[in-house]
Amino acid sequence: MKPLLLWSDMLIYLLVLALCLFFLRLRRDPQIRTHWHQVFSTRLGMITFTLIATYVGIALLDSLHFRKALDPIEGTAGDEIFYDNQVTSVLDVMLMGMGERFERTYSAPFALKSFEKQDMKDANGGAYRDFPLLEHAGRHLAQPGDRWPDVLAKSTRALLWGLLAAAVVVGVQRYLLRASPLPWYASWMTQAVVICLGVWLVSISRYYHVLGTDLGGADVAYQSIKGVRTGVLLGTLATLIMLPIAVTLGVMAGYFKGWVDDVVQYLYTTLSSIPGILLIAASVLLFQVYIDLNPDFFAVGMEKADARFIALCFILGVTSWSSLCRLIRAETLKISQLGYVQAAHAFGVSHTRILVRHILPNVVHIILITFVLDFSSLVLAEAVLSYIGVGIDPTMGSWGNMINGARSELSREPVVWWTLSGAFIFMFVLVLAANLFSDLVRDAFDPRTGTGGSAL
Amino acid sequence: MLAYIIRRLFYAIPILIGVNLLTFTLFFVVNSPEDMAVSQLGQKYVTAAAIQAWKKKNGYDLPLFFNPEAAGSGAVTETIFFSKSLRLFAFDFGRSESGRDITSDVSTRMWPSLAVALPTFVVGIWVNICVALLVVMFHATRLDRWAVLIFVALMSISYLFYIIGGQFLVAKIWKLVPISGFHTQGQAWKFLLLPVLVGVVAGIGSGARWYRTLFLEEANQDYVRTARAKGASEIRVLFRHILPNALIPILTGVVVVIPSLFMGGLLIESFFGIPGLGSYMLDAINAQDFAIVRSMVFIGSILYIVGLILTDISYTWADPRLRLD
Repeated sequence: MKPLLLWSDMLIYLLVLALCLFFLRLRRDPQIRTHWHQVFSTRLGMITFTLIATYVGIALLDSLHFRKALDPIEGTAGDEIFYDNQVTSVLDVMLMGMGERFERTYSAPFALKSFEKQDMKDANGGAYRDFPLLEHAGRHLAQPGDRWPDVLAKSTRALLWGLLAAAVVVGVQRYLLRASPLPWYASWMTQAVVICLGVWLVSISRYYHVLGTDLGGADVAYQSIKGVRTGVLLGTLATLIMLPIAVTLGVMAGYFKGWVDDVVQYLYTTLSSIPGILLIAASVLLFQVYIDLNPDFFAVGMEKADARFIALCFILGVTSWSSLCRLIRAETLKISQLGYVQAAHAFGVSHTRILVRHILPNVVHIILITFVLDFSSLVLAEAVLSYIGVGIDPTMGSWGNMINGARSELSREPVVWWTLSGAFIFMFVLVLAANLFSDLVRDAFDPRTGTGGSAL
Repeated sequence: MLAYIIRRLFYAIPILIGVNLLTFTLFFVVNSPEDMAVSQLGQKYVTAAAIQAWKKKNGYDLPLFFNPEAAGSGAVTETIFFSKSLRLFAFDFGRSESGRDITSDVSTRMWPSLAVALPTFVVGIWVNICVALLVVMFHATRLDRWAVLIFVALMSISYLFYIIGGQFLVAKIWKLVPISGFHTQGQAWKFLLLPVLVGVVAGIGSGARWYRTLFLEEANQDYVRTARAKGASEIRVLFRHILPNALIPILTGVVVVIPSLFMGGLLIESFFGIPGLGSYMLDAINAQDFAIVRSMVFIGSILYIVGLILTDISYTWADPRLRLD
């Protein structure tokens, strides 16, 4: 086993670390603490936060990559160990080989037979055509009629184990958080449901394909779970690349005014006048040409896909800072007129210090609201970009690529609906949770809505 | 007013130059014409002669900014920057990488785009405002809370799902309209119905939610309380007092996109097989035809700037207190 650190893995762990520090720092501010308290004192806030945390957790587990050592080949001398070209993640291990159970092609959820007929030979060597049995589904059954009772029995057992696990997890938290006034029970319920579903999915996937298989025979449920990392990372990395540009330029334009303001305004008007999707498409295409012309940079295919992914995050970040910059500029213009900033000037405080100590903390709420709001729109944008062909590399699992393939599947007879459904469910839950959470965050932090003036 | 418009048009020039420089940098400096030739002609087994021939054919064999070999003003005009970038200002888009005339392509393809985008836009706004007004009428009730939740859920569904779902349900299962295609004569409405419907439904979530917040902001104003106090009915308060006053923030978001309607929708056109500018762009992206992408970036920026100017003009119409000067 040889750990492999992709660039995006490194970035996401750095990012999580930075976010943790940022929030610890924010905790010291009593006003921000009351805002967060307002977000988490609602049941909806607890539920959506738990869901988002689950997705982030899956993404983080899926970001610990390594290459398996191959068994030494017979007859070759020497101690050199060869490593698998396939990159595995900790999540793959936890899913207990869900991604390694390939079929020949499509199969429906819980199906025993393949979706397409195939030439086969019977016991006497005569050729006939029929639906072949699947490699990895229902092989343990004595006869096909046992399928649904078997599914039911296995589900019940899995659910019982899941409930047991959930009880332990919740029990520990209950003990630790016994003094907390927040409605933790909403979070616990969500955790219990997530744990039960997870245990059920992993255990039953050893006997059936819960969401069927796709064109290449890969398990759809596994593909959908692999899409989580792509979605979460894209949403966070792109926003994090955009933030420093938008904040620096916005604060400087609003504070220094004059020619700095003119230049910044010119920059963002120019950038936002270019149709966003074309700018992104053009940049991605140009980067693709660069990758194609320099194939020697990357050791395994995964690294190539990863480079393209980071480039996409970077491009999305660089092209989307204008709206946040505009907001921060307006807010800074307002703040720099206020008495305490004038007073700081009179005391001879330096520009840098005024910016960092007096202006920046007062635009934090805008940054926070934008961060949460942009996250969901970026997840949605990924699907569209992948459909256009300038998104995620097709070798890297993503919901956009799944939807892209699903177009022709719906016109088949009978309809192949499960790939699309898998991508839909996983994407919808994440985006919905993020959208609802961002509403709560905005209500709590936006001074215009004030406390109590809730949108929900 | 006229002076203001003229001044705004002059402001647009540096922005367009900026757009032009940016695309030029992206397409010619970051990626040299050699790289483009290689990727157009196929990755492997490309001879230097083939690259030269391709560059010659598409006019990329010139120097970037300055041509010392040409005489007189040719030193500036016979360069890639002049022939590929500055010509755009004269709406001379030249030929695509596959040799088609871009200007004529654009002028024939913008009408199908408009045929889909305009009805979607008009019906969409009308539906969104109606839904939002209805929800505002039931403000602070259980219905209102559920409506917002449904709006957020609708927002959380990818546009792709709306299109795929609409095609599957309306065209394939119910067989009400053809799945995709386009027609210029009498049958046209049949082909337009589904794309417009999908566009409108997909926009309800974010649109109605946004309008609801705008209306609610107005509903908290003093003049609304006054209107209620003097005995105006709830309907009258909504339509006569709140709606006209909420028009200004609505206009900001709405007017700016009107010129861009010509550009059409990338996704809707490609899914429904409509021969508009959206599918033109998508084909260009897939074929890596940078000449078309460059021209469309330029057209898009112009339309956006026109939209900004129209927004300002529409303010004076919506709010007589405002004067542009």
